[in-house]
Amino acid sequence: MAEQPVSIYRSMKDLPSTHLLGTGTPMCAGCGGLEALNQLYDIIGDKSVFVNAAGCMTLLSVYPFTPFRGSWLYTAMASAPAGAQGVRDALDILIQKQRMNIDEDMQVVVLTGDGSAYGMGLSATSGAIERNLDFLYICYDNEGYGNTGQQFSAATPHGAKTATSTGSRGYPGFKKDLFAIWAAHNPAYVATVAGAEPVDLARKIEKAMSMKGPRMLIALSPCPTGWDYDPQETVTVGKLAVKTGIWPLKEYVDGRVIHTKIPRERKPVEEYLKLQGRYKHLFEPVRNDELIAEIQNKVDDYWGRVGK
Amino acid sequence: MTRKLLTGNGAAALGARLAATDYIPAFPITPQTEIIETISGWIDQGEMDARMVTMESEHSMVTAAAAAAASGIRVFSATSSQGLLYGMEMLYTVSGWRAPFVLVNVSRGLASPITLEPDHNDIMSARDSGFLQIHCSTCQEVLDSTLMAFRLAEDERIRLPVIVNMDGFYLSFTREPVEVPDPKTAQNFVGDYDPENIRFRASSPVSQAVAVLGGVPYSYFRYETHLAAQNGLDVYDELSREFANQFGREYSAIEAYRCDDADIVFVMLGSFATKARAAVDQLRKAGNKVGLLRPRLLRPFPAEMFRMLLAGKSGVAVIDQNISMGMGGVLHSELAGALYGHPHAPPQLLSFIGGLGGRDISLEEFFEIADVTRNAVAQKHTPPPRLLYTEQELRQMRKLQAVASVERDELNNSGGAKNG
Repeated sequence: MAEQPVSIYRSMKDLPSTHLLGTGTPMCAGCGGLEALNQLYDIIGDKSVFVNAAGCMTLLSVYPFTPFRGSWLYTAMASAPAGAQGVRDALDILIQKQRMNIDEDMQVVVLTGDGSAYGMGLSATSGAIERNLDFLYICYDNEGYGNTGQQFSAATPHGAKTATSTGSRGYPGFKKDLFAIWAAHNPAYVATVAGAEPVDLARKIEKAMSMKGPRMLIALSPCPTGWDYDPQETVTVGKLAVKTGIWPLKEYVDGRVIHTKIPRERKPVEEYLKLQGRYKHLFEPVRNDELIAEIQNKVDDYWGRVGK
Repeated sequence: MTRKLLTGNGAAALGARLAATDYIPAFPITPQTEIIETISGWIDQGEMDARMVTMESEHSMVTAAAAAAASGIRVFSATSSQGLLYGMEMLYTVSGWRAPFVLVNVSRGLASPITLEPDHNDIMSARDSGFLQIHCSTCQEVLDSTLMAFRLAEDERIRLPVIVNMDGFYLSFTREPVEVPDPKTAQNFVGDYDPENIRFRASSPVSQAVAVLGGVPYSYFRYETHLAAQNGLDVYDELSREFANQFGREYSAIEAYRCDDADIVFVMLGSFATKARAAVDQLRKAGNKVGLLRPRLLRPFPAEMFRMLLAGKSGVAVIDQNISMGMGGVLHSELAGALYGHPHAPPQLLSFIGGLGGRDISLEEFFEIADVTRNAVAQKHTPPPRLLYTEQELRQMRKLQAVASVERDELNNSGGAKNG
C-alpha cells in the first residue's frame, strides 16, 4: 500500500476561513446537512457539477437563484448517479475528441439525502459503482424523509419517533448499513463524516478529491425540525453522536476500514438521545430502560466487534 | 449511396452511426436489442467513434442520455414497451431540460398480459411527455427519420428530445432494401451539434433543471416547452424538404395515399398502415373511392394539415393500434379534437381498434371498415367504437379456455395438483 499523503488540515486553524457556498438558502435554521455541505464545498471548489436528487437540498437552487459557484443539475429521486454518469461520460468524450479543453473539466458530485442514497437511488448507485464511474457522492443523512416531514426511511435509527412511527417504541426497524453496502462494491473510497467534526471531515474530502473512481461521503446531518431539538444544538448533537459512538467516523480505502476518530471513553447514548424530541418517549412519561439499553448494547456491540 | 438489406433495428442503428452520435446509454429489451448489439459491435470493431454504456435500467438510461446531452454532446438511445414506461418519469423530466437527443422506441404491447408483439400503447403513453414523435412504416423511413430527428431535436427553435417509433417484429425484424447515404452526405445533412448554452463547462458554470416555486415560473417554462414543440411543425416541413432535395425521398408530416378524390379515408399510424395501403388498392379496384392518411409526425400534431387533407371528405375511419381504457382509440380522439367545429370537416369520424399485441388486421376487415363508414355517412349516424375481433378468433380463445379447464380437471381427478 502506498504511503498516505500528509493532510494539509491538521487543526481548525488550517480550515478555510471563508465559505464558497452562498448564504440565504431556504434550508432550516441549524440544518446539519448544510453545515456539512458548507465545509465540503470549500474543498470541492467551484470546478464542479452537482447532480442532485429529490430531497431537502433540491431547494438550494430555486429559479433564478443558487448558492453554488459551480454548476448544478437536478435529476429525480432515483437517478442522480445516472445523471452523473451522463455528465462524466460527456466530459470525457469532449476531452478525448478534443472538443473541450481539459481546463474546462469538473468534478462530478452527486448530492442526495438518505431517502435516495439508502433507498430509491440504490440501484442506480450500485450500477454507477459497478461501472467504476469517476464521481463523488455526498449523502446528507438526516435519518428520515425530512423534506416531506420526517417519515421514517431506511436510514432511520431503531426506536426513533418519526411522522410514520409514532408508537411508544418508535421506529421498529434498524438503520441500514450504507457504508457496508458501498464497501461491498469495492469502490475507491467511502467515509462517514459529521459537520461537527470539521478537521476529520476536511481530511476525508481532501482525500476523496485526490482519488478517481466511485467515492462516497455519508454525512450525519442533525435535523432540528425532524429530530426535534433547538437549532442552536446542532453542533452539540453532532459531537455527541460521535462521542457516544452512535456515529462511528471511519473510512474504507484499499479494502480496509479504518476508524478515524475513536471515542476512547464513550459517553452513554442517553446523553445523545435525551437532547432530541424524537427519543422523548424513551424518557417520558416513564423511562424505557429496556429500549435505552438495547440502543446502548447495539453501540457497544459495534465497537466490541471492530475491536476498539 | 449504396443499397443494403436492413432490418428496422439495423436501420435505426445505422442512422445513429451516420449522424456521428457520440454517446449511447443503453439497456436491452426485446425487440430493441439488435439496435444496441449492432452499435456495440461497430464500437468494438473500431468502426464507430462513440461510447456506449449499459445502464442498470431505462430510468437511468434516459437520465444519463439527457445529462450527457445537457453537457453538450450528441446522444442516441433506444428502448421499447415496458422499458419506455420504466423510464417515463425521466421522459417527462428531461424534455424540460431542453437538451436534445434521439430515442428510438420499438413499439410493443404493454402488460398485462405481458407480451412481446407490437401495438402503440407504449408510445402513446409518451404523448404528453414533451418528446416529439416521428412514426415510421418502412426500414428506409427508420434510417431517414433518425437522421431527420437529430436535426429536429437540435434545431434552436425546438431543443427537445425526439422519439423515432417503429413497430416491433413487423418492422424491427423485417429485412427490406434500404438506400444508405454515404457517411459524408449524411453528416453534411445532420451537421455538427452546437449545444450553445446547454452544456457544462468549468469557466461558465450553469444551473440546469432547477426547481421553481409557484405556478407563475412553472407555467412559463411549461408553455415555453409547448411552444417549442409546436415550432416543430414548421421546422419539420423545412427539413423534410431539404432532405428530399438532398436524398430524393420525401417525408411530409402526413403521408397521403390516394386521398385526392377519396370519399372515405382511413387514418393509421406505423407499419400496419401498409396493410391499409394494400386494402385501399383492392377497395379502389372494387370501385370504392377510399384513401389513406398516415401521420408521421404525432408530436407536434399536424392538426392544420389534417384539416386540409380531410376537408370535404364524407367519412373518416381511424384505426387505432392502441386502447385508452374507458375511452377508446387515442388517435381518434386527437383527430376529433383537430376537426371539431371546422366548416369542411368530414361529417362522420369513426373509431376502430385493432392490431393490439400484434393481432393481424385482414383485408376483409378493411373492407368491412369501409362498409361501416359508408353506412354511417348514408345514415348520418356514427356507430360506437368497434373493437376488431372475429368470431373465429373468439372460438380460438374459447378453445384455449376449454383446454385449460380439461387440463385442470384431469390434474385434480388424478390426485396430482390439489388446486382448483
